[in-house]
Amino acid sequence: MADLVSHPDEVKVVSRRFGQGATDIDRYLELDGYKAVEKALAMEPDAIINEVKNSALRGRGGAGFSTGMKWSFVPKQSAKPTYVLCNGDESEPGTCKDRLLFEHDPHAVIEGVVIGGLAVGACSGYIYIRGEYRYLSVIMQKALRDAYAKGFLGKNIFGSGRDFDVYWHGGAGAYEVGEESALMESLEGKRGIPRIRPPFPAVVGLWGGPTVINNAETLANVPHIILGGADWYAKLGTPKNGGTRLFCLSGNIAKPGVYELPMGYNLKKMLYEVGGGIPNGRKLKAVVPGGSSCPCLTADEIDVSMDFDSVMKAGSMLGSGGVVVVDDQQCIVKFALRTMKFYRHESCGWCIPCREGTDWLEKTLIRFHAGGGLKKDIDNMQYLSENMLGRTFCPLGDAAAMPTIAFIKKFRKEFEDHLEGRPCPYEPEGAVERLPVLSH
Amino acid sequence: MKFSAEFEQRFAEMVPHYPTKRSALVPTLLYAQDEVGFLSDEVIAEIAVRLDLTELEVRNVISYYSMLTTQPRGKFNVQVCTNISCMVRGGEQILDHCSKSLGIGHKGTTPDGLFSLEEVECIGACSWAPAAQVNYDFHENLTPDKIDRVLEEYRKSGKQ
Repeated sequence: MADLVSHPDEVKVVSRRFGQGATDIDRYLELDGYKAVEKALAMEPDAIINEVKNSALRGRGGAGFSTGMKWSFVPKQSAKPTYVLCNGDESEPGTCKDRLLFEHDPHAVIEGVVIGGLAVGACSGYIYIRGEYRYLSVIMQKALRDAYAKGFLGKNIFGSGRDFDVYWHGGAGAYEVGEESALMESLEGKRGIPRIRPPFPAVVGLWGGPTVINNAETLANVPHIILGGADWYAKLGTPKNGGTRLFCLSGNIAKPGVYELPMGYNLKKMLYEVGGGIPNGRKLKAVVPGGSSCPCLTADEIDVSMDFDSVMKAGSMLGSGGVVVVDDQQCIVKFALRTMKFYRHESCGWCIPCREGTDWLEKTLIRFHAGGGLKKDIDNMQYLSENMLGRTFCPLGDAAAMPTIAFIKKFRKEFEDHLEGRPCPYEPEGAVERLPVLSH
Repeated sequence: MKFSAEFEQRFAEMVPHYPTKRSALVPTLLYAQDEVGFLSDEVIAEIAVRLDLTELEVRNVISYYSMLTTQPRGKFNVQVCTNISCMVRGGEQILDHCSKSLGIGHKGTTPDGLFSLEEVECIGACSWAPAAQVNYDFHENLTPDKIDRVLEEYRKSGKQ
């Protein structure tokens, strides 16, 4: 069980039931549980969609797309069944928020799936949880059984005359499956390889039926929006960025943890006040603001409002809410290498720019960090990364390229310090001897 | 090929959740692996028959997912994360420490079959780094001393 933290600046919406025993369905009901579904059952589907649109809720998985808008793309009439798919394949390095949601408030996710289903005319939903989160699958399976036993799921839910089923599904270790089309492939029992789009999942998704795919945190917000109202929710954040966000502080920070802060909370304040600053008398070198795919920000760039648009304007992305803090004793080349090693490992191999690009970049970075870097490698790595951008079926290629470009642009001197056999300044004894210097 | 009653119950419950049988494949493989220890030829053949797939189709899926294995491994699979959030808080030292104390490297298994070791990608414990999973159990905020104690507990429980 992961430790919980708290800070006075937190605004608890999706985390308000954390630590309250809400995995127990009766306790959940005491805490306003399942009231939102009941309310939504009395609403027209378009009214639900409009409420969510007006709340300015945007996808918490990383892309930040308007949730209400996404729902509105689902055709009203379909020959095939419509599905809701909850993406709980949380695997973006730096991100550990859905884990807490499933651990502490699984029924809120279920409610979100049902309400999403009512909005788009679906009769069933799936909650996909990554394989490593086995204990959370156990919690979710129990929550589903309890909800069925109470008549909240299954036939004639809440006596409304409507049927709605929600099922659990488990992964088995694959970052790529967090991408929506790969997620559907995985759920259909295949390798998690992305699909070409169009058609988009809203039109042709799971088993060919229209499918709405939302992150677990996104869906967990929905019942609160239905109960509290779109205006209340929208005002918690900044314009076009409604509500709050679970920010996962990790890395070289005094008080790491998952904090729920309003959208648009200042990053500097987040690091120094909420997170307690950089420990051990060290200084901040860089922050990865939204999970490993996001370009890093330097210590001079952190006076930024943490909402999708402001972080984009600052040259990065709000991503999945994983704020990874890097202090001045860390080697950026090594950090870039570890990031690339991850993407090379997770690339599904379907498209060449990603498969070959991540492999080539990792090999170059290994050699570079070991002191075998050549001056032309720096520009080559940047050139290669830039040529991966937008040239792959899914965003994994971009996710590998974008942080690499930022590391090289913002910390070029650190790369130059590794040139021509010089040992890593941060690992003067290790790096060169440990790895062979490749010639080329 | 015989699975436990618990497996059979799960399998029987799961299959009707989907419009196609093969959709149950990934979670079924993981549950089977949990029982048998790895996905043996026999397990693969059995699951293929149950889900109307060829063995090749099943193997094709197995090779994609990092948690699925066709090789036996230790009773306790120690999976140390060294991804960025863990790395900057000493994840590599935890991995090196485990490697030394167990006498095995990445994907190695101790001769007594008790432990195997794996360097893994992000396990979703970033705010409680450095972290490791032993089978499915999370162990977080690790130090070399703490992981020693953790491994000792498993060693004791495994020898009973």
